[in-house]
Amino acid sequence: MKITKYAVAGTLESSDAMVTVEPNDVLEIEIESVVLAEYGQQIRCTVEQALRQLGVTAAKVHISDRGALDCVLSARLQTAVHRGKGID
Amino acid sequence: MRRTMLFLPGNSPNMIINGGILGADSIIFDLEDAVSPDEKDSARILVSSVLREMAFPGCEIIVRINGLDTPYWEKDVEAIVPVHPALLMPTKVSGADYIQTLSEKMALEENKCGIEEGSIGLIPLLETTLGIENAFQIAKADKRMVALYLGAEDLTADLRCKRTKQGNEIFYSRSRLVCAARAAGIEAYDTPFTGVDDLEGLEEDALLAKSLGFTGKAVISPRHVECVNRVFSPSAADIKYAKDVFNALEEGKRLGKGAVSLRGKMIDAPVVARARQVLESAEAIWGGIHQ
Repeated sequence: MKITKYAVAGTLESSDAMVTVEPNDVLEIEIESVVLAEYGQQIRCTVEQALRQLGVTAAKVHISDRGALDCVLSARLQTAVHRGKGID
Repeated sequence: MRRTMLFLPGNSPNMIINGGILGADSIIFDLEDAVSPDEKDSARILVSSVLREMAFPGCEIIVRINGLDTPYWEKDVEAIVPVHPALLMPTKVSGADYIQTLSEKMALEENKCGIEEGSIGLIPLLETTLGIENAFQIAKADKRMVALYLGAEDLTADLRCKRTKQGNEIFYSRSRLVCAARAAGIEAYDTPFTGVDDLEGLEEDALLAKSLGFTGKAVISPRHVECVNRVFSPSAADIKYAKDVFNALEEGKRLGKGAVSLRGKMIDAPVVARARQVLESAEAIWGGIHQ
C-alpha cells in the first residue's frame, strides 16, 4: 500500500509525537526523539510494526517524538497514514 | 460510585495518559468540544489506541462522542465501542428517538466485535431546552441509560440568558433533570463549575447541586476533583447518624416497639432509605472502612 499525499498527525507537545508521511518508492523511516539514546530501538520497532499492520510498504515517514508512549505513537502513525491515503 | 467525572481533551496525550491518577471517579475522554473539526479523526484514533493498551484502575471510562447532527458520531461509535468503555456520553440530546438511534448503532458495533449487546451504558448530556423538557422520556428511552447529565453552558445560550455563578437561571433545569432521572430510577449529574481558580465558588456550587439531589458533578479541571469528591461523599456525621438509625431500629425491634425515634425524631421509611443510601455510598467509596 502506498501513501498518495503528504500528511501530518500529532504535535510537538510533551508525551506526543509528530508524524509526517509522504509518497516515496521505498519505505524510509526517520526518527528524532528526546529519548533516542535510551529508547531508539524500541521506537523503531513500534513504528515498523505499526506500519506493517497498516500495510504501508512504500513511504517516507518522519517521526519527531516527544516521549510518546507506544500506544500514542501508533495512533499518530495510523492517523498520518489514513490522511496520507485520503481515508477519513 | 461516581462523584466526579473529569473531562480530558481527547487529542492531548499528556492529559489522557495521566487521567487515572487525578483522583476522579470517572474520566471523560472528550471527542466533542475539546477537539477541533480538523482533528476529530486523530482524537478518535488516539482515544481508541490508549483505551486498548492502557488500564485506568479505579476509574470508570466514559467517552463523549460528537452529536448526531454532525458527520462524526457514527465513526466515533465504530472506533470506541470495540475498546469497551463503561459509558458513552452523547451530546445535545433532545429526545428519546436520539437515544434509540444511537443505541441501535451501538448494538450493531457490539455484535460486530463480540461484545455483549447493551453492556456499554449511556449518560446523555442534556443541554437544550427541548432536552430538559423531554428529560423523563430520555431517561426511560433505553435500557442502557444509567444517568442524565446537565450541560449548562449550551443550555443558557438556548434559554437566551447569561450564565451566572449563582446559577438562578438553571435552577428549574437542575431540578427538572434530577426529578426526571430519579423518577426513571437512574442517577443525575451536575454541570461543571467553570471558574477554574475559584475553589470557594466551586464548593458552593457543588453543595447546591448536592442539596438538589445530584449524585455528583462533572469537572473540567483536575484542581476541582478533591473538592467535588469531598462534597459528594457522606460526612463522618452522616455516617454516624445512619448507623444510629439502624441501631435504633434494631433496639426497637428487640423491645417490641412499633414506632422508633432517634434524637427526638421519628424514624420513618424515608429516614431509613436515606440512612441506607449514606451507608451504601460510604461502602462504595471506602469499601467498608467508614472514615
